[in-house]
Amino acid sequence: MQQREFLNTVMPFKDKLFRLAKRLLVSTEEAEDATQEVLMKLWNNKDKIGQYNNVEAFAVTMTKNYCLDRLKSKQAGNLKLVHSNYTDESVSLQGSIEVRDSLGWISKIISKLPEQQRMVLQLRDIEQYEFNEIEEMLSMKATAVRVTLSRARKAVREELTKTHSYGISR
Amino acid sequence: MESVDRIEKLLEKYLEATTTVAEENELREYFTKSDVAPHLQHYSVMFNYFSIAKEERSTREIPVKPGRKPYYLAWASIAAVAVLAFGIYFGSEEPSSPYDKLFAQGYTEEEIESAQMAIMLFTNNFKKGVEGASYLEEFEKNTNRFILNN
Repeated sequence: MQQREFLNTVMPFKDKLFRLAKRLLVSTEEAEDATQEVLMKLWNNKDKIGQYNNVEAFAVTMTKNYCLDRLKSKQAGNLKLVHSNYTDESVSLQGSIEVRDSLGWISKIISKLPEQQRMVLQLRDIEQYEFNEIEEMLSMKATAVRVTLSRARKAVREELTKTHSYGISR
Repeated sequence: MESVDRIEKLLEKYLEATTTVAEENELREYFTKSDVAPHLQHYSVMFNYFSIAKEERSTREIPVKPGRKPYYLAWASIAAVAVLAFGIYFGSEEPSSPYDKLFAQGYTEEEIESAQMAIMLFTNNFKKGVEGASYLEEFEKNTNRFILNN
């Protein structure tokens, strides 16, 4: 596989990997590292890419594994993740401060969910993958995906109605 | 415009994770509009966030060069240090008397001597000039005294 061919394969989902990594690792810098690492592994195994029937799903799985490993080694090494940069750069593109605040609030809510729920929510509600794709990426059963997603969505809704009635986000 | 009824039903399905991607898009579309039913307002922040979060991009280049970058950099720095060390080592050994250099450039002995004379004359005169300037300094001190006393 040549460089250009590889780029053409990888380009369409590179940002998806990055966003998934960021959802898990929170830090933009670490998410960039994770993406780079995964793509590098893919590039080093480029001769085998033809064998995978779905490179994108495979790359998502690799990203997931890499990020979960990072999180685990961090906990083991007593290096607690500092959740300091909740605010998305993309969000700051929005003119209104009010909108930005409530959007930052949502990413904060999501970052408090368990990892599994965060991943499913990311892959479904943001990347809009089909359920069977998510099952393959996360090697989960169909029912497990739905249950996890339902929990994640309800948890977000719960937090939102709470803040809504307190009038914090609006 | 979709009826609020339909949206409520879709939301219910959404929370049970039984909506299709198409239905979820319908929800997104409804909540990007400004005339969202008041009791559903808080959902619009969520659905808007989903659309905006999808726009975030990775800014790094895709690493397609073979070999890992950290090793590459490490070797490059080792090589740079080696080159620098050799440069300093051999650079200090080179016999570099200014005469040799000038001879090498094809100047004769007389030419060099006359150039030296000229430079000497120049430096002597320059020294005189500097001495003269020191008087100026003295003068300035005194004027300062006047100004301060005023």
